[in-house]
Amino acid sequence: MQLPLLTESSRCFVLQLAATTMASTEIARQAGEGARAVPLAGHVGFDSMPDQLVNKSVNHGFCFNILCVGETGLGKSTLMDTLFNTKFEGEPTQHNQPGVTLKSNTYELQESNVRLKLTVVNTVGFGDQINKEDSYKSIVEFIDAQFEAYLQEELKIKRTLHSYHDTRIHACLYFIAPTGHSLKSLDLVTMKKLDSKVNIIPIVAKSDAISKSELAKFKIKITSELVSNGVQIYQFPTDDESVAEINSTMNSHLPFAVVGSTEEVKIGNKMVKARQYPWGTVQVENENHCDFVKLREMLIRVNMEDLREQTHTRHYELYRRCKLEEMGFKDTDPDSKPFSLQETYEAKRNEFMGELQKKEEEMRQMFVQRVKEKEAELKEAEKELHEKFDRLKKLHQDEKKKLEDKKKSLDDELNMFKQKKTAAELLYNQAQQAGGSTTLKRDKERKN
Amino acid sequence: MSSGEILVSEADGNGGIMAQPKNLEGYVGFANLPNQVYRKSVKRGFEFTLMVVGESGLGKSTLINSLFLTDLYSPEYPGPSHRIKKTVQVEQSKVLVKEGGVHLLLTIVDTPGFGDAVDNSNCWQPVIDYIDSKFEDYLNAESRVNRRQMPDSRVQCCLYFIAPSGHGLKPLDIEFMKRLHEKVNIIPLIAKADTMTPEECQQFKNQIMKEIQEHKIKIYEFPETEDEEEMKLVRRIKDRLPLAVVGSNTIIEVNGKRVRGRQYPWGVAEVENGEHCDFTILRNMLIRTHMQDLKDVTNNVHYENYRSRKLAAVTYNGMDNNKNKGQLTKSPLAQMEEERRDHVSKMKKMEQEMEQVFEMKVKEKLMKLRDSEAELQRRHEQMKKNLEAQHRELEERRRQHDEEKAGWEAQQRILEQQKLDASRTLEKNKKKKIF
Repeated sequence: MQLPLLTESSRCFVLQLAATTMASTEIARQAGEGARAVPLAGHVGFDSMPDQLVNKSVNHGFCFNILCVGETGLGKSTLMDTLFNTKFEGEPTQHNQPGVTLKSNTYELQESNVRLKLTVVNTVGFGDQINKEDSYKSIVEFIDAQFEAYLQEELKIKRTLHSYHDTRIHACLYFIAPTGHSLKSLDLVTMKKLDSKVNIIPIVAKSDAISKSELAKFKIKITSELVSNGVQIYQFPTDDESVAEINSTMNSHLPFAVVGSTEEVKIGNKMVKARQYPWGTVQVENENHCDFVKLREMLIRVNMEDLREQTHTRHYELYRRCKLEEMGFKDTDPDSKPFSLQETYEAKRNEFMGELQKKEEEMRQMFVQRVKEKEAELKEAEKELHEKFDRLKKLHQDEKKKLEDKKKSLDDELNMFKQKKTAAELLYNQAQQAGGSTTLKRDKERKN
Repeated sequence: MSSGEILVSEADGNGGIMAQPKNLEGYVGFANLPNQVYRKSVKRGFEFTLMVVGESGLGKSTLINSLFLTDLYSPEYPGPSHRIKKTVQVEQSKVLVKEGGVHLLLTIVDTPGFGDAVDNSNCWQPVIDYIDSKFEDYLNAESRVNRRQMPDSRVQCCLYFIAPSGHGLKPLDIEFMKRLHEKVNIIPLIAKADTMTPEECQQFKNQIMKEIQEHKIKIYEFPETEDEEEMKLVRRIKDRLPLAVVGSNTIIEVNGKRVRGRQYPWGVAEVENGEHCDFTILRNMLIRTHMQDLKDVTNNVHYENYRSRKLAAVTYNGMDNNKNKGQLTKSPLAQMEEERRDHVSKMKKMEQEMEQVFEMKVKEKLMKLRDSEAELQRRHEQMKKNLEAQHRELEERRRQHDEEKAGWEAQQRILEQQKLDASRTLEKNKKKKIF
């Protein structure tokens, strides 16, 4: 397919289209009420605005970040090399990774006068584990981390958004293994987790392993599985008339079946990128052999800017909205009056300080409580101890009394005995003195 | 666009960049990015907000009409000079203009009444308030949780009209520019330049630029470019600042050409003639080459200044400013997060300390309790021993006594026996005697 290649003519084409179509621009729609259209009496010159904008962006340089998700060995690195016509870093990874890690590399590319800062992120170890339940987690975390970094930058007080190196993922190429049957459940699960965070472009990797008819069936199966599972893949935009047609055609060719190769083979009198088999040569850039050219056209040549825009206006906004709501920010207060930023921040801050103070108070209170409780406990223990010893004391006193009683009774006995003794001795003495009569007397006395 | 040269620079591990130009036959296609940007921007359309400030009668409306080749101000929509105001108002008019497929939403902000009163103190205040309120609107829109397409109504350029007195800047001019140069891009213009000869005009310009530098007023600066051609252009513009302009709504025929101009008995002052005035330079600069840059400077410099001042005031209400200068690089939310973390660790420490004190006190008390328990126990033991000793003593005495008693009783029994024997003998004897 021939797209207008030269800058000038394509721009004229765009302007002509804009001038002749009835469709209004976004600005015109926004203007609506409050702005009146006035005719110009001559050439003012603001039709150079797009050029001014373009010049600025060219001077500033562009930036694009691609994430490649797919099992080890599906040719991700090779495809990147082929797409960007260069050899990127790295050796092929083994299959023994314990988990999924993401490796990113940034390259400065230049084509004609356009500078591109390209970041390629690879998932290392995807699909290699026995238990793949958590495979998608590190990918989601990575994507979120890039959003978070941007959000933090955007929220700073002194910020430099203009020179910020945007690391948010603009496109996710999802590599599907060329089984010819259907999507693996790992694929479905992963894509479902990623579709609200990144633009997913599914591609069938190493598609030279599938025949044309199998491929057609495979594509249909994949598309229907994606639809039935509610996975939202990236659709090339059809709202811009200049590219609507080609985009909608391409949408029907998704997922693209690609072949990657950095080796060159001589075909006719040209060197082309190809893979040579005993039975023939698969030419990467031959549209009959695979969809590589389509992928390149769509991803890079036609929709790169749209991918970036979608990432910024849709995926990032969604992340930001969720994050802010999580932190308790709202747009309107209970009376539906809009909050000003200042109020929001102040309110947040007061709430926050209040919370901290409350926590401090609570802790203090807790300690006061514990002290009270412990004191009470100890007092109890003390009381018990005293009671115990009071009891012992009483016991002891009882014992003592008993002892005293015994003593007293003994003493009484002793006294009695003594009395008896003395009385007896007295009598005995008297008896001895009184002789016989005394004895009689004694008898008498005894009888008495 | 050359077909094959693709430059690849790889970042090496130490953060440097090595450029390796590779000459590959092949084409990637991202050189088309500018076209994609172009296409999208045309689809979106453009907007621009221009403010004009100056005393009435300086030809502001006429100049606007001339700049945009349209009747922005017409009998149905009269310009500021036709509306008599007692105080300074700030009014905006929005128009949508189309040219060559490019849509532009143009907002012209007027300040009728500016400088017209006898006492003009603070006549710049409504202007400042307006600009700030537009910044605030944008800030609020940007800070919402649900952000829609944010309409940008921030003032991107301010054309300041200087009366052609020929002498220098008036105090009002200086005051105004000093107060607004950090909020908006100021482009000073000499109005009604057809009242001065070229020499007078040049003198006037020099005087004005001198005064501007003296008062350290920062008027809009043209950006540096690497392109030689562009730099030459920029330098030419810079030499002719401030631009002396003439505006006209009427078309006059001069030498067979239809031009915009002002007809005098002595000739026609042509608006678009570079030798008559700097109008063309202004138009080219404002619309054809630097409109985007004006927007960018407003967004990246003036708005960011406003925003950081506003947010710093909010988050550091009442706190020591020196302490916080280093913290301005954090977002307020990150700031709060950090404070929360600090607080958590502070609380932990406090908790630990309190816990320690508590434990210590408890230990003390327990020890005291144990001591007194031991003491009481000891005394109890002692008393028990005492009692036992007494018991034994008592036992001993009893035993002794029992022994003694038993002994005595035995003795008594013997005595008794003896007595009994004696008495029996006596009885026997008695009985014997009787007989």
